[in-house]
Amino acid sequence: MAVWALVRKVFGALGLAATLGLSALAAVAQDEPPIVAAAADLRYALSAIAAAFQAETGLGVTLNFGSTGDFARQIREGAPFQIFMAADESYVAALYRDGFTRDGGDLYAEGRIVVMVPQGSALAADENLDNLAAMLATGTLTRFAIANPEHAPYGLRAREALIHRGLWDALQPMLVLGENVGQAAQFALSGNAEGGIIALSLALAPEVGARGDFALIPADWHGPLLQRMVLLRHAGPEAEAFYAYIRSPAARAIMARYGFVLPGG
Amino acid sequence: MDWTALGLSLQLAGWTVIALLPVAVFGGRFLAYRSFGAKGLIETLVMLPLVLPPTVLGYYLLVAFGRNSPLGAFWQEMFGQPLAFSFPGLVLASIIFNLPFAIQPAQRGFEAVPIAVREAAQCCGMSPLRSLWQVELPLAWPGLMTAMVLAFAHTLGEFGIVLMVGGSIPGRTRTIAIAIYDRVQAFDNSAAATMSAVLVAISLVTIAATYWLSARVGRRLG
Repeated sequence: MAVWALVRKVFGALGLAATLGLSALAAVAQDEPPIVAAAADLRYALSAIAAAFQAETGLGVTLNFGSTGDFARQIREGAPFQIFMAADESYVAALYRDGFTRDGGDLYAEGRIVVMVPQGSALAADENLDNLAAMLATGTLTRFAIANPEHAPYGLRAREALIHRGLWDALQPMLVLGENVGQAAQFALSGNAEGGIIALSLALAPEVGARGDFALIPADWHGPLLQRMVLLRHAGPEAEAFYAYIRSPAARAIMARYGFVLPGG
Repeated sequence: MDWTALGLSLQLAGWTVIALLPVAVFGGRFLAYRSFGAKGLIETLVMLPLVLPPTVLGYYLLVAFGRNSPLGAFWQEMFGQPLAFSFPGLVLASIIFNLPFAIQPAQRGFEAVPIAVREAAQCCGMSPLRSLWQVELPLAWPGLMTAMVLAFAHTLGEFGIVLMVGGSIPGRTRTIAIAIYDRVQAFDNSAAATMSAVLVAISLVTIAATYWLSARVGRRLG
């Protein structure tokens, strides 16, 4: 019966904790930093920009990286984002058309894709994908990673480039699809695949670049990755400040360092 | 190590347990003592989340929480924010996918209370509530504790439903299981390893606690 007395105490404590927890939750919800939904290719570049923004203004933002298509769907379902940074502007245009954004947004960068292979891979990275074609011809390729073309713009452009090179159909059985281009990079470089097609902005990050070699795929093999950002309807002043900062010279210099082609310059 | 995510997971698990405790007590007791035509159907429905793929449950919950559903619209009207991609939405989802873990062991616990003991309590003039508190719960609590421990641990580990309904928003819906997934994508293997080890440790303690409790139940029966 002593144990039962203890259990009764525990249940009593749970009730108290519930009350305290509720009031704490209510307090926390008041002043949270704005959430930025950003395409996965921005993981390292935008993290650097957010750190510079915080150093300069003392304001913080919460960064959430994923696939552009997933975020667009979540915004339609009411996700509490204040800024949306898409890897393809068509998603922003559709959200604008349906009244989910404040305006049509701004073009902030143009992305590029690269073929990247992990260290020790049987595949060598070359810009014309000749080595990939050779491995496909000899049947020695086992796995090749891209982002899911259905909802990740970098996956869509990777598919276009592979179609342009005439490798898409032969590559089908070996393809592994990442949910977004960040996961595609993880798949490509984990050692379980010969390589993959990922964003230049990821390949230029030290965390990723140290894991292998890459080669830039010709820009005219695929449609442009016109990356557009937009303030969502319920964006607050802090989100506006960060949005403006992304267009500042300091932030543009960081974007350029990660291989982005910048609009108007 | 993402402490925010761990804190969020613990909060989610805590709320789930708090909400499911009365459900387990009264639902488990009802199913243990009563016998009626639709009992098999109810037991089946309660067990359903255990075998359904998380994506199926996640999909239905996302639809049910959406702005176009009565529940989603009601929530938006009441609180001015959507239920999907919010912490309260996660708690609601967590309560639903933990129903089998909460009700089943509780039911087994109440089934272990001999009918003679319950009848004796009744004959002494005890009200049903007093009988529950002073006679049945002291006997059935190992089953209830097992239920709560399992629900707590399962909430910490759930991935698919939490990702679909919550959307992996840092500080709001990114639980530790999802933070691990995010760290792997970010090539941050050391953080993923630390967080995984923490989850392994919590799970080990949980399983040990469950075995210890069920051993007590066994002794009571024997």
